[in-house]
Amino acid sequence: MKIIVCVKQVPDTNEVRINQETGTLIRDGVPSIINPDDKNAIEGALALKDIHGGHVTVLSMGPPQAKEALKEALAMGADEAVLLSDRAFAGSDTWATSTILAAAIEAIGGYDIIFCGRQAIDGDTAQVGPETAEFLNIPQVTYAKHIKAVGDRVQITRYTEYGDYVIEAKMPLLLTAIKELNEPRFPSVRGIFKAYSTDDVKVWTLDDLKIDMTQIGLKGSPTNVFRSFVPVKEKNSLIIEGQNGKEKAAALINKLTDLKLV
Amino acid sequence: MNFKLSDAHAMLQKVAREFAEKEVAPLAAELDLTGEFPRETFEKMAKCGFTGIGTPIEYGGSGADDLAKAVVVTEIARKCAATAATLSIHSIFPSVIMKFGTEEQKAKYLPLCADGGKLSAFALTEPNAGSDAGAVKTMAILEGDEYVLNGTKCFISGGGQAEYLIIFALTDPAKGLKGLSAIIVERGTPGFSIGKIEEKMGIRASETVELIFDNCRVPKENLVGKEGKGFNIAMTALDGARIGVAAQALGIAEEALDEAVKYMKERVQFGKPLTALQGLNWYIAEMATKVEAAKWMVYNAAFLKQSGQPFTKEAAMAKLYASETAMFVTNLSLQIHGGYGYMKDYPLERMLRDAKITEIYEGTSEIHKVVIARAVLG
Ligand SMILES: Cc1cc2nc3c(=O)[nH]c(=O)nc-3n(C[C@H](O)[C@H](O)[C@H](O)COP(=O)(O)OP(=O)(O)OC[C@H]3O[C@@H](n4cnc5c(N)ncnc54)[C@H](O)[C@@H]3O)c2cc1C
Repeated sequence: MKIIVCVKQVPDTNEVRINQETGTLIRDGVPSIINPDDKNAIEGALALKDIHGGHVTVLSMGPPQAKEALKEALAMGADEAVLLSDRAFAGSDTWATSTILAAAIEAIGGYDIIFCGRQAIDGDTAQVGPETAEFLNIPQVTYAKHIKAVGDRVQITRYTEYGDYVIEAKMPLLLTAIKELNEPRFPSVRGIFKAYSTDDVKVWTLDDLKIDMTQIGLKGSPTNVFRSFVPVKEKNSLIIEGQNGKEKAAALINKLTDLKLV
Repeated sequence: MNFKLSDAHAMLQKVAREFAEKEVAPLAAELDLTGEFPRETFEKMAKCGFTGIGTPIEYGGSGADDLAKAVVVTEIARKCAATAATLSIHSIFPSVIMKFGTEEQKAKYLPLCADGGKLSAFALTEPNAGSDAGAVKTMAILEGDEYVLNGTKCFISGGGQAEYLIIFALTDPAKGLKGLSAIIVERGTPGFSIGKIEEKMGIRASETVELIFDNCRVPKENLVGKEGKGFNIAMTALDGARIGVAAQALGIAEEALDEAVKYMKERVQFGKPLTALQGLNWYIAEMATKVEAAKWMVYNAAFLKQSGQPFTKEAAMAKLYASETAMFVTNLSLQIHGGYGYMKDYPLERMLRDAKITEIYEGTSEIHKVVIARAVLG
């Protein structure tokens, strides 16, 4: 089974602060991590490889330092890593990013499953996975919380807030992983030292891909961010008073009815 | 000269920190109360390859080096000193087998200790042989193809759970120290039993027990190295193990410092956070300086060892200094926490109790001063 996992290196938002004036993230001194959902995607791929055998490639688009994230994925057990890094890719929105990822996936070729995380914690769009599937023209199942490969098909439990769907789809297909899918393994000591003893992260630039220049980078990105800002935190709490629980409950019902919430 | 962890060591540190936060920290307070051996955590450490650091890959180990071991032990010790002690002490047995064992012993024991999840122990101390390790009385007399062991060891970490133990015993009592040998004993061997289980102040989840040998017979192939080389083997093992104890102490000290910093920012008295009090800031300055010094001493000792240079003096200095730092820093961090530090709701009282052992085991501070003075005076 040949699996490609798309991963993104993101700032650890637990440690990120926001510049209140510009509304942008203060990235200085903030550690970079593999996007959490992407770690579940890597684990999903490695777990399938543990059962069925095969080959796992991790793929990332990003600046040269995104190599770190790929090294960590290699240390977890991935077989091969490709970094897509070129100035021409900078400023790409989700459309442009998935255009580039799809081109790289075509270049790798011969895949059965493409794994992405549901969404990246620094953008929260959840668009790159689905758009990549569209560009590749393959089926996609998002929000996978359980997967099982049977023959040339994959059975997926797809999580939604209305309930779970159990879906079967034929390979090749694209899946997006959520944290409920699994518990990502720790990279092993052996894996870490192996990943750093060789320089086996392949770096591909624009020249390595068949790509329409008008569709990528800042210019090829249809999304425009006009302004970003930090929402003002308002704490408008209402404390419901009453003699006892019954009275408070009645007051609460009245209030909710007034607000047309029930 | 480059005072920086390599990228691989930095990644290992990050992974060990994540592991400690997720797998070790949530259990620490409970383990301290129950004194239970964290077997599941030990098996998880085996899976990650922490228990195999230092054992070559061809024997099922993780490869890597002494600095890697120190970095991992430090990170685990930040969250639970007992778990770190278990990991650190366990690693003595494979390192002895690697250095002095036969090819058969390496093939048999190393893979099981490296990533097989089997615990090992190191048994030198006896009731009358503590700092004076040469006063060992346990005997191992060769009868035919077997050594017959008789005697008692005390204060042996993990002795009750270990699958494999290395025992120091006299194979030729007439020769005294020159008759001391290192012998492998496996758990469950007839004539080998566990005596008293100690109730103790700290690292409570690292069980400390008495071992009793009563006509315990082991095959003569279990001899490690040559007969009469036991003292040399024990001292070589302890030289390396000192870096492990120093790393435990460093981890405890680092965490206690971080806890103090966090608390000083949160706790408000006299209308201001504690950071506004210069008297306490001076504590922080002293604590941070000592932690920094201890860190580089530990890293330097590990570096000297793995690069094949003499390291006895530096390892002894690192152990002496880091353990004193752990006591100093946990004590002041508890002080900064005031009454809350004295309560079990905060980790400081446990950390202070845990820190104390690092000044005692694998050679007391006084013995380390003997070792250092001897090296300096020549
Ligand atoms: C929790 C715990 C776990 C342990 N685990 C192990 C283990 O796994 N394996 C093992 O073999 N042992 C183990 N030990 C034993 C430990 O290494 C000894 O306790 C230690 O070496 C000190 O020996 P002692 O307790 O007999 O003290 P003593 O040697 O009796 O020392 C008493 C005091 O005299 C001082 N002193 C002694 N000699 C000198 C000297 N020459 N100059 C100056 N001062 C001196 C000491 O520093 C100390 O202050 C463990 C001990 C503890 C408490």
